Amino acid sequence: MAVALGRQAAPRRSFVELLDDRRVLSVLCMLPAVGLLVTFLAYPLGLGVWLGFTDTKIGRPGVFIGIDNYISLFDDSVFLLSVYNTLVYTIVATILKFGLGLWLALLLNNSMPFKAFIRAIVLLPYIIPTVLSALAFWWMYDPQFSVISYVLSKMGLIDRYVDFLGQPNAARASVIAANVWRGIPFVAICLLAGLQTISPSLYEAAALDGANPWQRFRNVTVPMLMPILSVVLTFSVLFTFTDFQLIYAITRGGPLNATHLMATLAFQRAIPGGQMGEGAAIATAMIPFLVFATVFSYYGLQRRKWQQGSADD
Amino acid sequence: MTDKSVAVQPAVSDSTGMAYLATVPHRVVTVYLPLAIFLLVLLFPFYWMAITTFKSNEELLNQREFSPFLVYHATLANIEKLLFRTSYPEWLFNTMVVAVSSTCISVASSVLAAYAITRLRFRGAQVTGLLIFLAYLVPPSILFIPLATMVYGLDLYDTNWALILTYPTFLIPFCTWLLMGYFKSIPYELEECALIDGATRLQILWKITLPLAVPGLISAGIFSFTLSWNEFIYALAFISSSENKTVPVGVLTQLVEGDVYHWGSLMAGALLGSLPVALLYSFFVEYYVSSLTGAVKE
Repeated sequence: MAVALGRQAAPRRSFVELLDDRRVLSVLCMLPAVGLLVTFLAYPLGLGVWLGFTDTKIGRPGVFIGIDNYISLFDDSVFLLSVYNTLVYTIVATILKFGLGLWLALLLNNSMPFKAFIRAIVLLPYIIPTVLSALAFWWMYDPQFSVISYVLSKMGLIDRYVDFLGQPNAARASVIAANVWRGIPFVAICLLAGLQTISPSLYEAAALDGANPWQRFRNVTVPMLMPILSVVLTFSVLFTFTDFQLIYAITRGGPLNATHLMATLAFQRAIPGGQMGEGAAIATAMIPFLVFATVFSYYGLQRRKWQQGSADD
Repeated sequence: MTDKSVAVQPAVSDSTGMAYLATVPHRVVTVYLPLAIFLLVLLFPFYWMAITTFKSNEELLNQREFSPFLVYHATLANIEKLLFRTSYPEWLFNTMVVAVSSTCISVASSVLAAYAITRLRFRGAQVTGLLIFLAYLVPPSILFIPLATMVYGLDLYDTNWALILTYPTFLIPFCTWLLMGYFKSIPYELEECALIDGATRLQILWKITLPLAVPGLISAGIFSFTLSWNEFIYALAFISSSENKTVPVGVLTQLVEGDVYHWGSLMAGALLGSLPVALLYSFFVEYYVSSLTGAVKE
């Protein structure tokens, strides 16, 4: 059969055979994805590090100037402030997101009417474009017509409208609140998926042994949730640390640079400012923080699994 | 992980655990009340966005006579202004073109990559899978400056192509990772049968693996579409002329004029820009949840 067909369609058959070779097919299958990722991800990552060592400006290729960008950044009070802001923003927002997100996940894990519907609308803040919901927050933080101030003054808690975005610390708290608002659903839905895999018999066994609700939470829920918690934490820290949209939409770094994050400062220096080299240096300066945060949150929390040597699945 | 959760979940849904021990007043205080507050806070900005859209300026700026929580005289003036006196329709069109094209490119290349990694098992497949996962951890904030110089260099600045080619960098890692999980859950025996029957590997992918992975494809597709629709920093950095902007960038940069904020039309822009993803989401909630949690659990 194969011989008879082989004579008639020899070129086509050999092409099909070649295509069926595991190695050839592997290369062909990987080509589009790897090609795009190498060209538009790996290469720019290296290029960004290189640009940080040059004085490139928009429309003019730069020359190598060593670590001059980093030296000048170390004396730059705005850059140092942005590092401080980024750390405060990331740490405070992450703690709040995980505290409230875990609470919401525990609430959603109860059996109740309309459970699927409630779970669906909880995720809404995460789905809607960040910039567009940030605009709603900007409007709610308006110094004259803020609805939050309106409610607080009707309740008699304040006698003057709050200037949410005018004072440095108030502005920091405001953007953190907006970030937490958007992050809670993501954390809650991911942790809920983890909670649902914990067998109820574990709780029943613990209760029979005399564990109170707090002990059941501390000694059953938390350890069982740790693997998924560490992954969610890694993602959350990473995306909070490099956040750009929310700040750009609500404050653009103001007042007095009090809410500038490293990402927004890099953008401001590089694109409107034209100092590509300096912007790239700021962006590159984020990498060590990111590597540290990833390693810390992943291995720090997944200690047990990692020690048992089964992390390769 | 997938097998384990499948095995455990029926046990959870059949039994209510120890919930029967709690009394009704106790449950109201510990569950329903906090949950109601959570829902109120999480949904309020959307309510605010929606009612601002239909209010006139005098109503918005006079909180003494008009309660800010109600609409007294609903008006379509803000939406009319948005649709007929700004470039908003063009932004919607651009966003749609960019999101659909980059989603198609990403899902197609991710299917091939995930199939090669999980099924062809070439040398270094494990390492490649891990590298693709690591690529997902590279945030756009540290890539946009070098990408901007590349976009200038390739003469793509201020075109849709600048976005269509760069969005796959954060879509492909996510989709590949998600689809790898789906492909792994398909029994290998099915493909072996087809191999014995004389099917080529591409036929197997097209006729056996892909039909079984349709839920995964839908998840990857809608999630990619949403991520591209929401993307902001690349669109802000690579596009300059008003008619080429996407919705998030256009609303933020073109509708904010000087010191007087036209909150009505701004909120109308935000509301209309959110509707497409909200509608898509309402039809495919389960796929969203499974892709979100699936990517985390793997």
